[in-house]
Amino acid sequence: MTAKISYADVEVGTELPAQTFPVTRATLVQYAGASGDFNPIHWNEKFAKEVGLPDVIAHGMFTMAEAIRVVTDWVGDPGAVVEYGVRFTRPVVVPNDDAGATIEVSGKVAAKLDDNTVRVDLTATHDGQKVLGMSRAVVRLG
Amino acid sequence: MALDQSFVGRSYPPTEPYEVGREKIREFAEAVGDANPAYTDAEAAKALGHPDVIAPPTFVFAITFKAAGQVVADPRLGLDYNRVVHGDQKFAYNRPVRAGDRLTVTSTIEKIRSMAGNEVLDIRGEVHDQAGEHVVTAWTKLVARAAEEA
Repeated sequence: MTAKISYADVEVGTELPAQTFPVTRATLVQYAGASGDFNPIHWNEKFAKEVGLPDVIAHGMFTMAEAIRVVTDWVGDPGAVVEYGVRFTRPVVVPNDDAGATIEVSGKVAAKLDDNTVRVDLTATHDGQKVLGMSRAVVRLG
Repeated sequence: MALDQSFVGRSYPPTEPYEVGREKIREFAEAVGDANPAYTDAEAAKALGHPDVIAPPTFVFAITFKAAGQVVADPRLGLDYNRVVHGDQKFAYNRPVRAGDRLTVTSTIEKIRSMAGNEVLDIRGEVHDQAGEHVVTAWTKLVARAAEEA
């Protein structure tokens, strides 16, 4: 494990570079294939509406995969992630147009822990509303 | 109908090994738009101290969730999967998943509770490699929404 960020160089409150992740219907189809999650709420508008959703929604696990990129891009080595957890609080609705939706993710160091690890708290929003709760990662720094 | 509390603590037999392929990792990394070379370039992964390309942190969910299907589909438990949504997800890694791993998952029901008519089910998946070493543990919380009154 070789994180490019040094434990000594971060403090509680250190902000990680925020990122914006676009998601379109094409993204969801590609993610369905790669992950094996073919639940039709993620690609079939008719089905999504029949089960009470406003439209097709992104896979929660897609949002989870994007959010941790703020951490892995920061440390460089994705293998430095020791723990990662989220709560799925709101769906990301993805309209059938070229723009799709965007997920905005920011993170900051919330605690310095043992063994050169830190806890990063992530905030993921879509249309100004949080889509993940309790979104936290523990990562080992250099 | 409330889920049977006697299922708490129940473990299911380990799954057949899932062999992690380089191209499957690449496909997943591309699907999430992540260009980190550790996922696709063995030399880049080695420079970080890994023996081969590694998988993105959430890659293993496809394997653990499939394993959790044993629990979800257990007719004796009686979960109505049509009403299930994914509540929480957590991973604790001993090391990253990497190409060439042959992973087995042992699923255990950690907790069952009823909250406002919803059934909440916590499943833990312990992932081991071909040497029997622990790789990662996944916790999945599933919520079966209360059935509509007829």
